[in-house]
Amino acid sequence: MKKILAIALALVLMATASLAMADAIKVGVIGPMTGPYAVYGLAVQYGAQIAADEINAQGGDIQFEILAADDQGDGELGVNAYNDLLDKGVNIMLSTVTSGSCMAVSTVANEERVFMLTPSGSADAITVGKDNIYRVCFKDSAQGLASAQYIVDNKLATKVGVIYNNALDYSIGIYNSFKAKAAELGLEIVAEAAFSDDTNADFSVQIAKMQEAGAELVFLPIYYTPASLILAQCASVGYAPVFFGVDGMDGILTLEGFDASLAEGVMLLTPFSADADDELTRNFVATYQAQHGEIPNQFAADAYDGIYALKAAVELAGVTADTAPEDACDPMIAAMQQITIEGLTGTMHWGADGEVDKTPTAVVIKDGVYVGAK
Amino acid sequence: MKTRKSKSFSGNFITYAMVIVAFLLCELALSGVIPGFKMSRSLKGQLVPICVYIVMAVSLNLTVGISGELSLGHAGFMSVGAFSGILVSQWLLSAFPETNLELVRLLAALATGGVVAAIAGVLIGIPVLRLRGDYLAIVTLAFGEIIRNLLNCVYFSFEGANLNFSFLDPNLPGNIVINGPMGAIGVKKLASFEAGFILVLFTLVVVLNLINSRSGRAIMAIRDNRIAAESVGINVTKYRMLAFVISAALAGMAGALYGLNYSTVQAAKFKFDTSILVLVFVVLGGIGNIRGSIIAATVLTILPEMLREFGNYRMLIYAIVLIVVMLVTNNPMLKSTLDSLKGKIFKKSVKEGDKA
Repeated sequence: MKKILAIALALVLMATASLAMADAIKVGVIGPMTGPYAVYGLAVQYGAQIAADEINAQGGDIQFEILAADDQGDGELGVNAYNDLLDKGVNIMLSTVTSGSCMAVSTVANEERVFMLTPSGSADAITVGKDNIYRVCFKDSAQGLASAQYIVDNKLATKVGVIYNNALDYSIGIYNSFKAKAAELGLEIVAEAAFSDDTNADFSVQIAKMQEAGAELVFLPIYYTPASLILAQCASVGYAPVFFGVDGMDGILTLEGFDASLAEGVMLLTPFSADADDELTRNFVATYQAQHGEIPNQFAADAYDGIYALKAAVELAGVTADTAPEDACDPMIAAMQQITIEGLTGTMHWGADGEVDKTPTAVVIKDGVYVGAK
Repeated sequence: MKTRKSKSFSGNFITYAMVIVAFLLCELALSGVIPGFKMSRSLKGQLVPICVYIVMAVSLNLTVGISGELSLGHAGFMSVGAFSGILVSQWLLSAFPETNLELVRLLAALATGGVVAAIAGVLIGIPVLRLRGDYLAIVTLAFGEIIRNLLNCVYFSFEGANLNFSFLDPNLPGNIVINGPMGAIGVKKLASFEAGFILVLFTLVVVLNLINSRSGRAIMAIRDNRIAAESVGINVTKYRMLAFVISAALAGMAGALYGLNYSTVQAAKFKFDTSILVLVFVVLGGIGNIRGSIIAATVLTILPEMLREFGNYRMLIYAIVLIVVMLVTNNPMLKSTLDSLKGKIFKKSVKEGDKA
């Protein structure tokens, strides 16, 4: 009897669950859930889910269902994931997480008129010539420009060294714009050293080059994994310049096996800092920590804001769960340019070129947490 | 002798028939003429990659199975083909923007991809084919890595019909096409399933005819016993080179088709993992077994997508499937059971035939 009751209860629950889900707008999240970039993909998935849960809990007309698909950061798999999600009835895309995959997927989405908002695909070319591709994060060149500007404005250093990954489009994109802006502002780049994904274990040569040239500040337009090694190896040779990173540096504090004290004093330019005092950030960080046991990084915040941006645009555009992706596209484009979002990563609005307008803030790592730099 | 020849002929016939029937079924599903028999978007998007991986697997099987050289740099040839193919196709677009030359551009890209990869094959073949076994494997691996790292430093741009090239310096005038580590960008998609099918057929014609030719027998003789082959006057270097270069050229053509299927291609795609992936197709399908390579490449390309329901356990299950298939197909007990089953079915059909 108990068993039958349990089964009946389960069936009823399932029925109500599917009823509740019936009107949900399906949002496709494509990103690397496995592989070397999994930290970013999972952060985006979790961040988006938290936002969707909040929106669903309010019980308004708009309900979201997040469908996540793994692409391992690869273009071919990204397109496969995109097709798979459309098979499953996705209405709009919050995709993709990494730039390389985003380039491939955004072109297909542009041809097939599927509205796409990328939380963190930062390569400049992603939005160029594609009217239905928008993004939440800054584009690479904007990060390079802002970094150079910030260093000069705050007189952090006069002699700058750069260590970058010459096999990574993200790193090269930021580096090139940084270099151009530095030349314009009269900031002297005294040393440049490159590495690639195959040589990202030993940085003694690059560090020695920085040290010999007397760089007071080392700019690191790279992801946090190699950055953590650079910090550790600099500490071991007693070289302590100011380290300045970009949003890829975000995540360094949650890296397993990394001594967070090494990151003391590292500055990075990121629109999100988990220790910000406003209620929105506090709530988000608390929820994220309760669910996943770690401090959310900027990718999670971008995804969270992305979902709220989609909500506002969906409301304005009148898109429902029954709207086909290609019918949702044009109203969404029009709506995106009208909305303004007060999000975790600042106050955002979008131009017709798909780029977000928000102000980057510099944070400095103090006692293992981000503190807004003055 | 005569029965042997007819056996290989019927084997080849089955291979061709299998590919053509599969193609027709796919076309039928794509057209959606029969209600209920429709292809999902997910599968539709994989048709061209499947064709590409079939060509890759068959061409690698020529090196590994027929010629007996373990090559770990096959993705290197693919990348050479992809980038040169894209370059030519985009150049034609830039030089003659008015005319609609899609077919010409596709053919030119495939031909260029094949030729450039063949040249790379000759260049790498000269040092590589002095080696054997493990040494050869390591050198081909190194070659694949060198190609990838070089492609990361190459920049090309167009100004109308003019081509600009630079090494390591991204500041080029004009419309940039190949942008160092960002790879080829803004590629106009030209690849289609039909083109992929024709490339697969072309590959099969080349490889199967080579295997059944005088040259093919010479290649296999060298594989089986090099000294004996040399003693009867077979030019060892020539035939090893022949197999290696044809394999490289076909991989280059596959690469060109792959490159033209996506709007962007990065050199990082053609890393060691991709070489190993293709090698897995070859080994799982059976070394030296062309039909097996085709089936393995198809199944193993679709499989990870079919396993999406398993979420994060997807690649774990994929790996387990690989291990199980390897163990099962190499299990002597199962093999003998299968053989006896085959014998029974065969006998039955013979008996039925007698009755009729």
